[in-house]
Amino acid sequence: MTRFRLPAWFALLLPAIIVLAAVVLIPLVLSLYSSFTSYRLTRPETLYNWIGTFNYEKAAKSAHFWSAFGRTVLLLTIALNLEMLLGLGLALLVNQVTYGQRALRTIMMFPMMFSPLLVGFQFKFIFNDNVGLVNNALQSIGFSNVAIPWLVDGQLAFFSILVAEMWSSTSVFAILILAGLFAVPRDPIEAAKVDGCTPWQSFRHITLPYIMPFIYIALAIRSLDVARAYDIVQIMTNGGPARRTELLWTLIGRTGYVDAKMGYANAMGYISIFLAIGFTIFFFRKLNAARAELGMGG
Amino acid sequence: MDENLQHRLRARTVKYLQLFALFIAMAIICIPGLWVVLNSFRPTVEIMAKPPVWIPQNLSLDHYRAMFGGVGEGGVPVMRYFTNSLIISVTSTIIAILVGMAGGYAFARYRFRGKAAIFIGLMLTRAVPGVSLSLPLFIVMAKTGLIDTHIGLILVYVALNVPFTIWLIDGFFRQIPAELAEAAEIDGCTRWQAFWKVEFPVARAGVASAGIFAFLTSWNEYALASQLTRSTFSKTMPVGLRDFTSEFTINWGGMCALAVLMIIPALILTFLVQKHLIAGLTFGGVKG
Repeated sequence: MTRFRLPAWFALLLPAIIVLAAVVLIPLVLSLYSSFTSYRLTRPETLYNWIGTFNYEKAAKSAHFWSAFGRTVLLLTIALNLEMLLGLGLALLVNQVTYGQRALRTIMMFPMMFSPLLVGFQFKFIFNDNVGLVNNALQSIGFSNVAIPWLVDGQLAFFSILVAEMWSSTSVFAILILAGLFAVPRDPIEAAKVDGCTPWQSFRHITLPYIMPFIYIALAIRSLDVARAYDIVQIMTNGGPARRTELLWTLIGRTGYVDAKMGYANAMGYISIFLAIGFTIFFFRKLNAARAELGMGG
Repeated sequence: MDENLQHRLRARTVKYLQLFALFIAMAIICIPGLWVVLNSFRPTVEIMAKPPVWIPQNLSLDHYRAMFGGVGEGGVPVMRYFTNSLIISVTSTIIAILVGMAGGYAFARYRFRGKAAIFIGLMLTRAVPGVSLSLPLFIVMAKTGLIDTHIGLILVYVALNVPFTIWLIDGFFRQIPAELAEAAEIDGCTRWQAFWKVEFPVARAGVASAGIFAFLTSWNEYALASQLTRSTFSKTMPVGLRDFTSEFTINWGGMCALAVLMIIPALILTFLVQKHLIAGLTFGGVKG
């Protein structure tokens, strides 16, 4: 008993901590350091050229950076909200079906298996102005006889990216919310019906509070991998045309690897990390509050 | 009587409207994917035809034959990439599950100071966007010589998956009453035996679902893989797909065949453990 031993919980957590420190923490410390230097990939000796907060000031003054920042927040806000609403609608519809529900659930999971990269290619292909599925369909129906430049016009490209992103992620919401709907107890709903509640009232005041934690889980999970959108955007437009769909991630990737300005890219990367962390903490808070309301806290 | 009929009519209309909405939703979910599958069997000329050919005229396995034959279509050694992907994904998933089980068990069964803070800290590492991570990671890997090796990517994917596996598995262990393992210990099991013989079998569904998510993440990851791999020795399928299209932008048919090959393992695995997947997400997440 006199021998010193690591506490068991620490020994169990140690592998996780070591891996995360090696792969996430050390690179992050390095990138924090290099964001204060004029580091360029092509000239390694610039790693020791300390320039203070110059990169951060440059980013703060850069119009490109702020428009990419704003666009990223806009895309995330619109995408997460719409995905949540559509997912809720889809889950409610599937929940109504009694026959063949298993098959429907399986189909619903289909987009989850697609790599975001693949989703990018798929929709680049579908929205292609010349041979894409959407334009072909519109022209065959006779709805339009000009080729709509889905990926060339700035706003249409943003819309196309949004569609691709929503296609790939709405099902995550739908499945989680559906699982939540299964867990809603029947008794209160029947009691409400007997007492004369309209379907809307019993949904609003009984069903919705029960599935709220599930909605926040979905939001938390999704906000953990918001950067999935990077693959999609990079393939579909790579920030173009003329930076009109530039997001933080494409801007950082291009600055770091194409322009080789690692220091500057890392400074912007740090700002985007805080954005991601902010989103995540926000949803974890909400999740805990919703859990506590149902007496599942702890 | 009249009122009854009206009521019934309205109920029926609502029902049909619902079915119609459901049909539209399912079509939107399926069509983009099925279109890729269909195009992988069509000659590229037909895909690119103007005016479009809606009903496929000649379906063939040409793209698949080209992909598996010789060095692979477009100089992309598809089978090599496929094997790389498989080795990297499977190994990293197994390691992530083991590490995640240890971590999840620690969070579910032990009380210690700063538990919540450590938990949030682990989760936040997952929130770091791949792009901002890939730049510094590239420098570190280049210095340690882990660029373009399987080990390098495996390590990265383990780190990528560990937070989420810990979260899910923790939720599952919490569901198992601690008395179960205690009873086993009283009956003479060691803690180690109690874990493997009593707690692990109960939590197996959670472990399975965590495994699926870890596998899908590593199998589909692109942003980091594209920076940390250099040659055919370690390039994975998503990187291969990217290479393929940058060299032969026009060959949509071949690309679709490659895409189908990439989806198949994910598809098989997901359908095998479909039931656990939902249970894993909900119980692991909500009640944790």
